[in-house]
Amino acid sequence: MLLAQKRLGSLVSSTKFLKTVNSSRLLEFSTSAAMSLKFKNTKRIEGLDKNVWIEFTKLAADPSVVNLGQGLPDISPPAYVKEELSKVAMVDNLNQYTRGFGHPSLVKALSCLYEKFYQKQINPNKEILVTVGAYGSLFNAIQGLIDEGDEVIIIVPFYDCYEPMVRMAGATPVFIPLRSKPVNGKRWSSSDWTLDPQELESKFNPKTKAIILNTPHNPFGKVYTKEELQVIADLCIKYDTLCISDEVYEWLVYTGNKHLRIATFPGMWERTVTIGSAGKTFSVTGWKLGWSIGPEHLIKHLQTVQQNTIYTCATPLQEALAQAFWIDIKRMDDPECYFNSLPRELEVKRDRMVHLLESVGLNPIVPDGGYFIIADVSSLDADLSDLKNEEPYDYKFVKWMTKNKKLSAIPVSAFCDSETKLQFEKLVRFCFIKKDSTLDAAEEIIKAWSRQKS
Amino acid sequence: MAKQMQARRLKGLDYNPWVEYARLATEYDAVNLGQGFPDFAPPDFALEAFQHAVSGDLMLNQYTKAFGYPPLTKILASFFGKLLGHELDPLTNVLVTVGAYGALFTAFQALVDEGDEVIIIEPFFDCYEPMTLMAGGRPVFVSLKPSPTRDGELNSSSNWRLDPDELASKFTPHTKALVLNTPNNPLGKVFSQTELELVASLCQQHNVVCISDEVYQWLVFDGCQHISIASLPGMWERTLTIGSAGKTFSATGWKVGWVLGPDHLMKHLRTVHQNSIYHCPTQTQAAVAESFEKEQLCFGQPSSYFVQLPRAMQRSRDYMARSLQSVGLMPVLPQGSYFLITDISGFKSKMPDLPGAANEPYDRRFVKWMIKNKPTGQPPHLCSPHPSCLEGTMWKLDCLLPRAWQPSLSPSSSACLIRRTSTTTSASVL
Repeated sequence: MLLAQKRLGSLVSSTKFLKTVNSSRLLEFSTSAAMSLKFKNTKRIEGLDKNVWIEFTKLAADPSVVNLGQGLPDISPPAYVKEELSKVAMVDNLNQYTRGFGHPSLVKALSCLYEKFYQKQINPNKEILVTVGAYGSLFNAIQGLIDEGDEVIIIVPFYDCYEPMVRMAGATPVFIPLRSKPVNGKRWSSSDWTLDPQELESKFNPKTKAIILNTPHNPFGKVYTKEELQVIADLCIKYDTLCISDEVYEWLVYTGNKHLRIATFPGMWERTVTIGSAGKTFSVTGWKLGWSIGPEHLIKHLQTVQQNTIYTCATPLQEALAQAFWIDIKRMDDPECYFNSLPRELEVKRDRMVHLLESVGLNPIVPDGGYFIIADVSSLDADLSDLKNEEPYDYKFVKWMTKNKKLSAIPVSAFCDSETKLQFEKLVRFCFIKKDSTLDAAEEIIKAWSRQKS
Repeated sequence: MAKQMQARRLKGLDYNPWVEYARLATEYDAVNLGQGFPDFAPPDFALEAFQHAVSGDLMLNQYTKAFGYPPLTKILASFFGKLLGHELDPLTNVLVTVGAYGALFTAFQALVDEGDEVIIIEPFFDCYEPMTLMAGGRPVFVSLKPSPTRDGELNSSSNWRLDPDELASKFTPHTKALVLNTPNNPLGKVFSQTELELVASLCQQHNVVCISDEVYQWLVFDGCQHISIASLPGMWERTLTIGSAGKTFSATGWKVGWVLGPDHLMKHLRTVHQNSIYHCPTQTQAAVAESFEKEQLCFGQPSSYFVQLPRAMQRSRDYMARSLQSVGLMPVLPQGSYFLITDISGFKSKMPDLPGAANEPYDRRFVKWMIKNKPTGQPPHLCSPHPSCLEGTMWKLDCLLPRAWQPSLSPSSSACLIRRTSTTTSASVL
């Protein structure tokens, strides 16, 4: 910069005024350029600033819009869960720091609960970590186990944070899409969407550090079968790969389906980190508590991340969660146990949504689990000509539907990488963990819409 | 599994003194005077605020806005805008985090790249170093050093200063940030206007970001004034100011913290935040919002918690200092925070050979010995691995317990414990 100034000075030596103006301009430029250069984002977050939720939440924030977009229950959490938190709020000494890796009574409850499923003892201190939501567990797992240059296999569509988290760790995401089998007049189900085993194997190589599995799946609601999980497990073992298994919707499986935990498959415990969520388990997303379960040799690295990032999670929320768990752990076979009553309640809502969507020509994919339902919007023929051209169809459709029909959803291409967006651009995701009045309002909109069409 | 499991970014970061000492304190059933949290309840209005949050609007059980629960970002913007002398926009100048710890992590990840240098002032809160390393940065240390005290005069944290030339020498073209902590943990030093102006001028001269950890901003004694460096000329655009609800309202278990700063820096922290934890819990944020709203109404008045707490802590501080002096220990009187450093070099000369690893510093051995043999657990001065700091002297860290607040617990109980402990020790040695 100094050299440039000198050069400029010698070029215009006779016109002092010009020289002064130019060199001061250069100084100004150099200061602000230098300043802005230094205050630029770090390389690890380059290109990760966009976030689909920020955009669509703003869109759906209009109170006249029926929000079936974000995966947020508007139903009440169970009464005893709210009660436990109220009780905890009256206890003075639960307002200070607790154990960093998880409040003792909570990790004990989690250990007791999951031992039933894993058929093995789970050490509450070494094989469990409590995090800020399942989101935090994903972050800890990726930061703790994934290195720059590693590859991580991600199944498309995927919960949107998997890709940026993998990139933030300096690793390369390797995508493989779920593909739908032909339906042939049958009702379209999430089970029709599968991975091609050969295609999946082709994604594995010596650089593959992990595969991220999500079952039940967001957004499709697919519940992976034993055979499908076995294919993944066989590949993980063959290629010595980790499995990060996001099972936040583990309790939400519908009739005829069973949630299976890949960590229980032979050879998988030692290479799997299984993630759960209080928010999804007890309909308390705002408590932001999640957990990772796995072998000590993996969990210890997630714990190292924890002690260098947030250190500990909120105490009163952890204590209340522990107490809520104890109530349901004691009655796992009881229909009133929330792990049984919630899926029952949601199955009714799911069926209602299927019927509603069909009635207006939105072709639904019936989910086997989770609380989302996908609809194919291609037959609707909405006029989207006044919207930006470069966006995928479903983005435009959702914006049009929100504005014109006052009903919001999330475009499925938001859950895709840039290469596969077009494959999924005719699909939108609706959330149905909503109280009846919300679904009634959605029904009104859809009925009016259908009347308009006919 | 044959593959290397641990990510390289975690190399050398497995050890954490708090995890170790908390475990030891539990194992030996010791009184934990080490880790910085109160053993008294948050004030009633804060407890009530939390009770309201958990029994009020149902939707507080669900996600709130990612960058902060709106009533909280609003009150933080309004409250701190006045203090920093800069209008704050709740959406662009405020980010709510999981404690100040989470705020620090977010700041480091957002702004410290591989190869960047970060100036850290010793003694420092232990996480600054591993967080710098995890971000691929290089910590560059500069020490606060005590000036010698006159005979009989009590050492004070104000006595500990940075050498301006030494500080200036630490800045290089690679320096990305400087971490400032005022009031300082563990010393309790409250940086003066002049000291902050020195730091500020160097930051501006070298175009460096200042990460200012001000969690103890309300805990200042002897009429000392906490000054936020962001309020100095030329500093707003390059400073991130970090605060903590845990330290503000004596509710460390709520784990609510925040960062205040200019949008051109905050936007990078928002990117890290949305790709790490995304949301913070709603109800604890609601409790903090209501607590601040209550405090704003009586700010500066005698009834304000921000007036009453430091007053009570000052009494505890003085009581503890007297107790320590009475057994021949030499406390450094803190101007702020709720920590107090004590010189144990007298003990070292009497009991030089405490059990421990060959290269383990004396203060760590002393503390472990204390935990195992005496009923009080106290982590040592945490920068002792850096021989440049406090050369020749070992320090012990105590935590102040403002038991003056709790009429049921006599102020003498913890101090007696220490006094008895020390008396027994020296008596047995002599």
